[in-house]
Amino acid sequence: MSQPSPYILEARNINKYFREPVLFHVLKDISFGIKPGEFVSIMGKSGCGKSTLLYILSTMDTDYEGSLLLKGEELQGKSNKELSVVRNEHIGFVFQFHYLLPEFTVLENVMLPAKKLGRKSNAEIKEDALKKLELLDIQGLASKLAYRISGGEKQRVAIARALINEPTIIMGDEPTGNLDSKNAENVFDILKQLSTDKGMSLLVVTHDLDFAEKTDRIIEMADGRINGQPLKPL
Amino acid sequence: MNWSTILGISKTHLRSRIKQSSIAALGVTFGIGTFVTLASFMTGLNGLLDGLILNRTPHVHIYNEIEPSEQQPITLAEEFSEGINLVRSIKPKKSQLRIHNALPLLNYLRQQESVRGAIPQVQAQVFYLAGSIELNGLVFGVDVMEEERLFNIGDYVIEGDPQDLARNKNGIILGAGLSKKMSLKIGDRVQLSSVKGGLFPLKIVGFYQSGLAEIDDVQSYVNLATAQRILGEGKNYISDINVKLYDMAEAPLMAKQISDQYDLTAIDIKTANAQFETGTQIRNIITYAVSITLLIVAGFGIYNILNMMIYEKMNDIAILKATGFSGKDVKMIFISQALLIGIIGGVLGLIIGYGLSVAISYIPFETEALPTLKTFPVNNDPTFYLIGIVFALAATFFAGYLPAAKAEKIDPVDIIRGQ
Repeated sequence: MSQPSPYILEARNINKYFREPVLFHVLKDISFGIKPGEFVSIMGKSGCGKSTLLYILSTMDTDYEGSLLLKGEELQGKSNKELSVVRNEHIGFVFQFHYLLPEFTVLENVMLPAKKLGRKSNAEIKEDALKKLELLDIQGLASKLAYRISGGEKQRVAIARALINEPTIIMGDEPTGNLDSKNAENVFDILKQLSTDKGMSLLVVTHDLDFAEKTDRIIEMADGRINGQPLKPL
Repeated sequence: MNWSTILGISKTHLRSRIKQSSIAALGVTFGIGTFVTLASFMTGLNGLLDGLILNRTPHVHIYNEIEPSEQQPITLAEEFSEGINLVRSIKPKKSQLRIHNALPLLNYLRQQESVRGAIPQVQAQVFYLAGSIELNGLVFGVDVMEEERLFNIGDYVIEGDPQDLARNKNGIILGAGLSKKMSLKIGDRVQLSSVKGGLFPLKIVGFYQSGLAEIDDVQSYVNLATAQRILGEGKNYISDINVKLYDMAEAPLMAKQISDQYDLTAIDIKTANAQFETGTQIRNIITYAVSITLLIVAGFGIYNILNMMIYEKMNDIAILKATGFSGKDVKMIFISQALLIGIIGGVLGLIIGYGLSVAISYIPFETEALPTLKTFPVNNDPTFYLIGIVFALAATFFAGYLPAAKAEKIDPVDIIRGQ
C-alpha cells in the first residue's frame, strides 16, 4: 500500500526494457518526485530515454517495472480504461507537434477533454474553454479551424486544452522544440506563469538548455539514469 | 460513455471527408435500394404467377370418372382364384356422369371447418351455332358469384361483369376465341344446341379469356340451372365439385378421404400442379442471393473507406487517447461513423427502392394470361423495408467493427514517438 508522499507525482525504481529488435534496458532504476507547484525539466541527449520516461509518467506506456504514484495513488497495474480516466482528469499534455484535431475548431479542441470528463454542462465547458483561451490571449481564434492557425498559436491552443480540466500536472514533450525563438519564449512564459501564478506542477522534457535553465529544477538523464539530483531521502 | 461527444466527433469526421463518406453511403444506398426493388418486384411477379395457378385451380376437385371396374366377376369367384384369369376387351360399366348424391356431399363439405367454400359445377357438351356452322364446345354451369369469391373468375372476364350473369338467367359468358370466330359482341344472342338436340338461345353478357387458346376457343360459362336445362337434367345433377380450403396444405388429405369415403375421384392441387412450388422457391432464392451479394459488396466498400480513414486519423486517435479518451471510446467513434453511414445510406436506399418499385408498377405489362393486369405487379411489403434497414445496419456494423477494433488497439506512444 502506498504511504503518504509529499510529491504530486512520484516515480519509484522504474525500469523499462525494449524487447524489439534486441533486449535493451532503456530506463534503469529511475526514482524521483515532483512537488506541488514545481516546474521541472528533464534534459538529456537523444536516445537517453527521457521521452520514454515521460510516456511512462504520463500513463500512456504501461509496459514497465516499478511503481508510479499520482497524489499518492498507485498507477502501476491499473487497466487502460482506468488510466484513460486518470489522464483525462489529472494530466494535461503539450506535445512538440501541437497535435490538435485538425477538422475541429479551436474551441472544440479545447472543450473535448472536458466533454469526455462530463462533469459540467456544455455551456459551462464552453465558458471555461473561452476563459482558458483568454488566459493565453488567443480568444480571437475560438471559431477558427485548428489546421488554419499558425504553429505558435497551435501550441497555445494545446496548452489551453491541457488546462481545461484543471489537471494536477502538466507534461510537455519538447513543447517549444518546433517553434522559433520568439514563439518559444512566449510559450515558456506562459508555462512559467502557470507555475508561479496558478501553482501548477509542470514536467517538461526539453533539448533546449536556455529553456531548462529557467525552470525550478533540471533532471539530467544519460544512458537511462538520472545524473543530476538524486532522490534525497526525506 | 459520453454519447453526444462521441457522435459529435464522428459527425465532424464524416463531414470533413464528405466525398468518401457519401461514396460509402451510396454503396449502401445502392445495395438496399436494389434489394427493396428486386424483392418487391420479384415477389410481385411470384404472387402473379402463383395466382395464375392458385386462383383458377380448386384445392380439391371432385368428379366421377368413367373407368372400367377394377374387379371383374371372375376375380370374385372362389373356384378360379388359383388360376390366371384373362378378360379381354373390358368396357367401362354403364353409370351416370354426375356425382351421386351431390347435394348432401356439398352440404357436408360446407360444414367442414377447414373448407372456405365448396361449389358445384355442371359440365355440358354443346355446339355453338353460327349461321350454318356448328362449333364444338363445352359450357360450365356455375354459381358465378361463388366462383368470383373463391376463384376470381372476374379477373378473366375481359368485357362485361360476372354479376350480369347472375342477374340474367339466360345469360352466357362466352370464351374470347369463340366470340372472335363468330364475330359476336355483348348483348348479341348465341344459339347453343345440346348433344341431345335441343336449341337454347342465350344472351351474351361477357367474354372470358384465360390466355390458353384451346380453352378460350371452346369454353363458356352459364348459370347452373341453364346448364342443367341444356342437359335436360334436374336440380340435383352436378358433375363437379370444386373445394377451396383455408390451408392449401390440407388438400391431399381431404382428397384422399373423399375419394375413399364417397367412391369418387378427388384430385388435390399439389398433385395437379407439382411444379409450381419449386418455381416459387427458386425465384425467392435468386432474389435473396442477388440482394445479399450487393449488400456484401457495399459492406466491403465501407470496410475499405473506414480502414483508410483510420490510417489518416492516426494522429487524432493518439490525441484522443492522450487526452483521456479510452480505447472503447475511440472504437465507438469509428463504429458510430459506420452506423451513421449505414443509417443515412440505408434510409436513402429505402426511399430509392420505394421510388423504383412505384416506377416499375407503372410500367405497362399486358399478358393474355391475365387480362385484367395492365402494369407490372409489385408487392410493396413493409417486411422488405424492415429487412433492408436491418441488413444495412448489420452490414455497416460489421464492416466498421474490424477497423474500429484496430483503432481501439492503437498505442498512442507509437504514434507520438513516430513523429
